[in-house]
Amino acid sequence: MSVFEFPATALTAEQWQQVNALAQSLRPGQALWLSGYFAGLDRGVRGVIADADYIPAPQGATAAGTPDAGGAVQGLTILYGSETGNSATLARILADRVRECGLQPVVSDMADYKTRKLKDEQTLIVITSTHGEGDAPQSAMAFFEFLASRKAPKLAGMKYAVLALGDSTYERYCEAGKQIDKRLAELGATQIEARVDCDVDYDEPAAAWIAAMVEKITPAASSGASVVGSARVSIETSAAPAAAVFDKRRPFSATVIDNFVLTGRGSSKETRHIELSLEESGLTFEPGDALGVIPHNDPALVEALLGALSLNADAPITLKDRATTLGAALATDFEITLATPRLIDHWAKLSGSAELERLKGEGEAEARTAFLRGHHVVDVVRRFPVCGLDAQNVIAGLRPLQPRLYSIASSQAVAADEVHLTISTVRYDLNGEPRSGVASGYFADRAEPDTTVPVYVQANPHFRMADDDTPIIMIGAGTGVAPYRAFLQERETRGASGKSWLFFGERNFRSDFLYQTEWQGFLKDGVLSRMNVAFSRDSASKTYVQHKLREQARDVYAWLEEGAHIYVCGDAANLAPDVHATLSALIQQESGRGRAAADEYLGTLQREHRYQLDVY
Amino acid sequence: MTTLLEKSDRSRDVSQPLEKLNPDETLKANSNQLRGTIAEGLVAELTAAVPGDDIKLMKFHGIYQQDNRDIRDERRRQRLEPAFDFMVRVRLPGGVLTSAQWLKLDELGRAYGGETLRLTTRQTFQFHGVLKRNLRPLMQGMRDVGLDSRAACGDDSRGVMCSVHPQLSALHAQVYAMAKAASDHAIPKTGAYREIWYEEEPEPRNQATPEEPLYGRSYMPRKFKIGFVLPPFNDIDIYAQDLGFIAIAPRGKLEGFNVVIGGGMGRTDQAPETYPRLASLIGFVAVDKVTAVIDATMMVQRDFGDRADRMHARFKYTIDDKGLDAIKAGIEARQGFTFEEPREAIFTSNGDQYGWQRGEDELEHYTLFIENGRVINHEGRPLMDALRAIAKIHHGTFRVTPNQNLIIADVAPKARPAIEKLLDAHGLGSSNALSGLRLNSMACVSMPTCGLAMAESERYLPNLLTKMEAILSAQGLIDEPITIRMTGCPNGCSRPYIAEVALTGRAPGKYNLYFGGGFHGQRLNKMYLENVGEDVILDAFEKLAVHFARERQPDERFGDFAIRAGYVAEVKEGRHFND
Repeated sequence: MSVFEFPATALTAEQWQQVNALAQSLRPGQALWLSGYFAGLDRGVRGVIADADYIPAPQGATAAGTPDAGGAVQGLTILYGSETGNSATLARILADRVRECGLQPVVSDMADYKTRKLKDEQTLIVITSTHGEGDAPQSAMAFFEFLASRKAPKLAGMKYAVLALGDSTYERYCEAGKQIDKRLAELGATQIEARVDCDVDYDEPAAAWIAAMVEKITPAASSGASVVGSARVSIETSAAPAAAVFDKRRPFSATVIDNFVLTGRGSSKETRHIELSLEESGLTFEPGDALGVIPHNDPALVEALLGALSLNADAPITLKDRATTLGAALATDFEITLATPRLIDHWAKLSGSAELERLKGEGEAEARTAFLRGHHVVDVVRRFPVCGLDAQNVIAGLRPLQPRLYSIASSQAVAADEVHLTISTVRYDLNGEPRSGVASGYFADRAEPDTTVPVYVQANPHFRMADDDTPIIMIGAGTGVAPYRAFLQERETRGASGKSWLFFGERNFRSDFLYQTEWQGFLKDGVLSRMNVAFSRDSASKTYVQHKLREQARDVYAWLEEGAHIYVCGDAANLAPDVHATLSALIQQESGRGRAAADEYLGTLQREHRYQLDVY
Repeated sequence: MTTLLEKSDRSRDVSQPLEKLNPDETLKANSNQLRGTIAEGLVAELTAAVPGDDIKLMKFHGIYQQDNRDIRDERRRQRLEPAFDFMVRVRLPGGVLTSAQWLKLDELGRAYGGETLRLTTRQTFQFHGVLKRNLRPLMQGMRDVGLDSRAACGDDSRGVMCSVHPQLSALHAQVYAMAKAASDHAIPKTGAYREIWYEEEPEPRNQATPEEPLYGRSYMPRKFKIGFVLPPFNDIDIYAQDLGFIAIAPRGKLEGFNVVIGGGMGRTDQAPETYPRLASLIGFVAVDKVTAVIDATMMVQRDFGDRADRMHARFKYTIDDKGLDAIKAGIEARQGFTFEEPREAIFTSNGDQYGWQRGEDELEHYTLFIENGRVINHEGRPLMDALRAIAKIHHGTFRVTPNQNLIIADVAPKARPAIEKLLDAHGLGSSNALSGLRLNSMACVSMPTCGLAMAESERYLPNLLTKMEAILSAQGLIDEPITIRMTGCPNGCSRPYIAEVALTGRAPGKYNLYFGGGFHGQRLNKMYLENVGEDVILDAFEKLAVHFARERQPDERFGDFAIRAGYVAEVKEGRHFND
């Protein structure tokens, strides 16, 4: 059925045009999601446009009681910085809530936000996550840099509030939110609601904060105008579209189709290729997207931890939504590998250990980091044994088991019902025992073909393949090459005409050249125009991708001048900054201009979304 | 100078336009004297292989591209290309090298060749598993001690063989010098090797003279093997050479050589038009005529060899196609003199004399059995370390034998105890105390590196021999010298078709079994069973061994008995091998 055949609503011609254009671009599942999205939107729209005579009002509904727009907060902007989409989701929920109260907030990704508008903002609600060791999300870097710089305007008269998301595993927890809070205050803005720092189990504190915010910025709502109804906001229902699409909270059980080691004999690494079936899930993704995987802990580790705790697996406990057993909860609900500052606090209390107590101190960050590096949960429990523990009390010190995100290595254009991942198995010894990564160890040791894995799609709008005729330069180290496999599969299927150039780095040529024969095939077929590789452990002088990039400076610059998009995927700590510095250097060299000009050149690329990162 | 040859059918030789010949002829002719694009391929970073046809040109530089076939399938599934690497064969005329050269080869083998060296059936060394990026360092390392790998493979004159004959010191020195001179004379002269491997600038050259006066642009139709032998030991298997010189030295004085032509082992299963052939005796020449014979013979094969079908391109087929007399006349016409009547020469074996031998000059020589030529540190028997330790104190030379063994040569009597001590210290004191069968055994490299292999050889023969030894022991034959040779394919690297017992690979675990070869390399064997597995092989071997033990005549050889007792018919000419 074409959208034009739908008779009921008298949309304007312009609206029809937009709807039609949107409908043409939809992929399976998206339309379904949108139907739910618009259904939810409908409620708010009715409230705002009370006199809208071209929308038939449903029976019983009334526009009365809607707060006068004149009395509400003007110029409300909800700004989010998101790495994995959580902040974006919360921003949308908040926007929906305040729309229900008659406001028309502007919702903006920091990545797209025009910083010159900042000085005109009246109320700015910031929701941001923190990336890695206290950094801003990659896509929000430019905004943070601007805000921290001398160019940031005075913001006296602006009202603001900050919701910070983070992961207490990291020492500098919620740092990005803390920084932005501090900086906005420095610039003269007035905080209207105290900042809340949320850990990975952010649902409840975030919901409470959103409810508080709604009350704060929509005075009418608090005077009993009923649209909000309850101060409690349920994130579960709000975040989800109307239809039963699988997401983080309702993951799809994907069946493992294939699981093999990509790295050849003698490798210093074990990197796997995993193929999962998405059959009948309706899940869709684009090249550049990630797959969220909800792993289970190693049963052997669960057993070891239970042993250390002297507790039985069947000890009953209650989680916030259900009753379960300690064994089950340790297997599927909590992180039981890496310990967190939260565990130190908790275990200090339970054990009364002076050492743990001391580690809690403000000035002990370094010692705390060192301690956590040397002690997983089981090591803490073993080293500071506590007698007569209560199972419920144990889990209070643990953080919820988090999904792991992996850049998807396949395109649905080639395999519509499959999703492929490239996963490097994390293995090391600690305190004389072999340890492994939660998800990577799960895939390496337990994800046999025909077992199922809970997954969901995590969109990555900041890592999008350029138009078919645009040249692309792809830079990836190790598993960072995964999304480029998806890119090239997609381009191959679409017969894309744009040139492409892949830079790949790993340790050893013979064993670690991930997907070697596939790249050779892409090159032979012209899907991939050029490829350069760097193997750091094949010779005394360690060669990395940035060295190869530098060797090809003239051509890389020429490609950029032709409008190429450049992608960087892989390690955040070294690869991304090294590649950035190399790009800056080669632009200086080839353009004959200075450092500032080169950085501006790269800044422009970033603003134009021609320079995108997916680093971790 | 019109001979019968000029009037013969010329439709498949070098006189024809390239398009009528095998594509390899075009490749050679257009290679710019073996340069091709090898230098570019060496830096291609996305593959461990050398792209395209350069692989074939690299053979002329002594290099074979190979891959580890044990893991080929595994890597295909892992989306990795085959584990490509290279075999590099040293050119070492007569198998003679100094201690300094040994130490360098040992060092290079440890650095680039998987910590092993392989002695070959043509008296040289092979490095296996050399990565592309290590080829130049390896070549340059060899250059430092005056060694290279030129023309160790390819359609050219391969490394020239020479008997190792420990006792006749002066005669050996004289004939070895001739073998080395022949090797230097017949080797390709192109500067490609220096330019590619040493990264030298091309030498300025007079454009009027061709870069390859003998080979031209197209080189030989196939490989061409030359050897020199000192009776009574036929260690080099003179009858397997394209061109062989049998030293005639009554009372130790070298008078000249009997010349034999047209030997060759290679054949193809299910292709009866291919066959091994023993070289034919065509006459005698004086010492000073040897170079002229080499030039004339190579020219005849260069000009009249079949260049349309590489399976029919060896000199042996040219001879059988044109007739031995026509070929002989063609050689005589080119060299400008006729051959004299051949002299008497008697061979007694084609094996090695193990242990210490004293030469007429009082220097001593120790022949060490090295199973299948594999120099490696075995558990509890660190052979590679032992030979390195010996090379460090040894002032004489080493000689690689054509049976893949090693002679520690020219040892002064007072230096002998130190060498014996090192052998003992490395667990090698009783290396030669083995069965007569094992001491006369040879296997080619085969799996996992050789691209031609269809079945195991080097990795399997030692185990098979253990089972055969049990049979021989039961018959009281454990010390009986019996030649046994195995190859992983029918091409014949270990010269199987002249062994008393031979096995050539057909498929994993399956071999053709041959009996009846001559003990001193004078007669081809004949297939007894086709495409059979170990149980059948052992049953057949046991039947013959039991029969032999019971009914042999005094001094009768195993191979001779197999014919007399009717197990196989005698093969009198190569072309009847498949009858």
